[in-house]
Amino acid sequence: MNNSLFGYKARDTWMNQTTGTAKLVGFLALTTVGMVSYDTRFLVALVILSFILIKISHIQYREYALLLKLVIFIGVLNLIMITVLAPQYGAELYGSKHVLFGSGYWTITQEQLFYELNLLLKYVFSFPLSIVLLFTTNPSEFASGLNKIGVPYKVSYAVALTLRYIPDVQSDYHTISLAQQARGYEISKKASLTKRMKGAVQIILPLVFSSLDRIDTISQAMELRRFGRYNKRTWYQDQKFSGRDFGMIIGTLIIVAIGILLVFQNGGRLWNPFN
Amino acid sequence: MPEPIIDFQHVTFKYNAQAEPTLHDVSFQIYPGEKVLIAGASGSGKTTLLRLLNGLIPQAYQGDVTGQLLLNGKNILDQSLFELSLQAGTVLQDADAQFVGMTVAEDIAFALENDTQPVNSIKQKVAKWAQRFGLGERLNLAPQDLSGGQKQRTAMAGVLIDDGKLLLFDEPLASLDPAAGHAAMKMIAELQAERDLTVVIIEHRIEEVLGADIDRVIVMSDGKIVANGTPDEIVQAGVLLDNGLDEPLYVQLLRQAGVAITNLPHVSDLNQIDVTPYRDQIAAIGQSVIPAKLADPQLIIQNVSFGYSAGQQLFNALSTTIHTGEILGIVGKNGSGKTTLSHLLTGFLQPSSGDVLLHGESVLRQSIKERADHIGYVLQNPNHMITKSTVYDEVASGLILRQVDTDTIEKRVRDMLKLVDLDGMRHWPISALSFGQKKRLTIAAVLVLQPEILILDEPTAGQDATHTVQLLTFLQKINTQQQTTIIIITHDMHLLANFVQRVLVIVDGQLLADTTPAELLADEELVTAASLRTTSVYRLAKRLAIKQPEKLNAAIRK
Repeated sequence: MNNSLFGYKARDTWMNQTTGTAKLVGFLALTTVGMVSYDTRFLVALVILSFILIKISHIQYREYALLLKLVIFIGVLNLIMITVLAPQYGAELYGSKHVLFGSGYWTITQEQLFYELNLLLKYVFSFPLSIVLLFTTNPSEFASGLNKIGVPYKVSYAVALTLRYIPDVQSDYHTISLAQQARGYEISKKASLTKRMKGAVQIILPLVFSSLDRIDTISQAMELRRFGRYNKRTWYQDQKFSGRDFGMIIGTLIIVAIGILLVFQNGGRLWNPFN
Repeated sequence: MPEPIIDFQHVTFKYNAQAEPTLHDVSFQIYPGEKVLIAGASGSGKTTLLRLLNGLIPQAYQGDVTGQLLLNGKNILDQSLFELSLQAGTVLQDADAQFVGMTVAEDIAFALENDTQPVNSIKQKVAKWAQRFGLGERLNLAPQDLSGGQKQRTAMAGVLIDDGKLLLFDEPLASLDPAAGHAAMKMIAELQAERDLTVVIIEHRIEEVLGADIDRVIVMSDGKIVANGTPDEIVQAGVLLDNGLDEPLYVQLLRQAGVAITNLPHVSDLNQIDVTPYRDQIAAIGQSVIPAKLADPQLIIQNVSFGYSAGQQLFNALSTTIHTGEILGIVGKNGSGKTTLSHLLTGFLQPSSGDVLLHGESVLRQSIKERADHIGYVLQNPNHMITKSTVYDEVASGLILRQVDTDTIEKRVRDMLKLVDLDGMRHWPISALSFGQKKRLTIAAVLVLQPEILILDEPTAGQDATHTVQLLTFLQKINTQQQTTIIIITHDMHLLANFVQRVLVIVDGQLLADTTPAELLADEELVTAASLRTTSVYRLAKRLAIKQPEKLNAAIRK
């Protein structure tokens, strides 16, 4: 039974075998450059790249379908809000005004739509990248990767432990919820919303207590095995950088360099097709 | 005489949070290469003693210590938790909760990672220790994919990888079934011999631990050491019962047969004890096994099928009948469907086909809440059930939600609290209760709804003999007074042997047997399938070539 929220699975792919550090560096560099750049050609290239990556990582659509829907929902909501709150921002940004339809406050310009297209591309490329990172990196490798790029190991390990305990807490939640229903708290769809909310509160308390118990035990178990003795530690999951990893980092650097070059060529972050 | 590895002189300890000391003037020595059992009922101070040894006091629990505490000749209190952990490795009670790594390999490697050892040498050592513990093929498995025994072996490997000479075990049997517990004890004995370790085991399940060839037993009660001697001396002196501990079942049998224990050589070792002269005396107390008279059928499970995922059936057309007023045990190895079955009865899960009939009527359409009015269910972990802050409110909450009027609530709650012996504490905050009291409280909160059937999941887990007896007396009382049917899911051998009337053996979703405990615990094949063990009574009977050993199992029922 795989309850894990982050669907790491051992997959026999090139992406899986790359070290967590290389993937983390690649992910951070690509998302940063992609967030900075408003060069549509560059963003489209990133989108294509990230879908190629998700493909070669053998990640099935159904594994991330739910998350994808959530991200699309939030993304679209975000775009609508921008249109409502700042419909002229695109025109301001590009310094020109090609009116499509509407008038007054609600004038919709090509520039506005183009600006929002760029935003959309940013969502569309960064989502598959994060999925690739999370789905192909073992939690402890992820932690060791975080540690390598400078995050303190206690924080990194906390991240890994959270991933370790998600299934346990989920099953606790389920058990407590059932036990409370047997006591008489109706939280099924039969009851009214306020009743269900009250019922849900009844689950939180035991869940908090049982989780505190766990934390107590685990922190003792960790101290008894000398966690925190030195200000660094080694990682069993640590993997030596191989050609693959250097390849990934060099590839990332090239893409970042192109992004920066484009900034100079465009004379700024924007690529302006309206001139 | 070599130097003791552990030397406590007149140690008294009081937790900051408590008014009275938990340990009073405790003095003892443990020598290199010894295997020592520290036994005591809950609240006897044995866990506090362990915390003083491994440094959790004063690191995690503060308090006042007086007296002298030496480990390898050096004062324990002057050393950090980290320094101590290199000398004394601790395996905690809950094999699951102490699993730190994402996988077996990482958990074993954990201490060495923290010592900043190079990864290559860690990997070699992990491979070596995993091999020794039979985990070589399981290095990449997550804790969810392991059995209790495997998790505990991982914990042991993770501690032994330090090459320390002293191992401390806090209730190693608590989360294991009898078969896994027996295997763990054998493993500890082997390792001790192989690596010349000193082993200290904190436990209250005496019978199982004695199987690990213990050299010495220290019995604690109320924060004091009340006995300290070889297992033979301890059993002969009969100090166990007086201090809230169970005597081994075969010793109970010998007493019942009128065999004088006091001078019996090798009395603590079932394989060496010489009782041949008493053979006839023992055989004579055998009682024929009479299955309990079954009253009217109450709950009928009819061709129930269920699977957690499509295509993987756990139960395939399971059928059985539960009768009014009986005390039924359900046994079977972990993951074979015991808890799933109780969830099907309480409505936590719905069968894919088949029916569950209460008094001839199907309950499948009823909600969890409606079913709880008839079938009460007490979870293993009381912390999963408690939602209120005071004892009274906790018991009253189910009645309030069922809109019972205030006067009736008052009366029923008080009556119930009197029955579980918590009425004097009804205004207490629940956080001040011990584990055993919380357990009784959760039973009361379920029983106050007056269910006809009470299902208990591992009611004796974490309870010592005194509290178990209290709990059983109380269950017996509601069983006879109110005709409450009691269904117990357990692998506690003492509970099975002494209390349960009929037992269902469920293995991999199959109803393997429907029998009496006496017969079950004398059937080697069945016992192995259910991950239990035969009773020591049975093994003694076999040694003496007494026919029908189940009769002796029946004789020790209280």
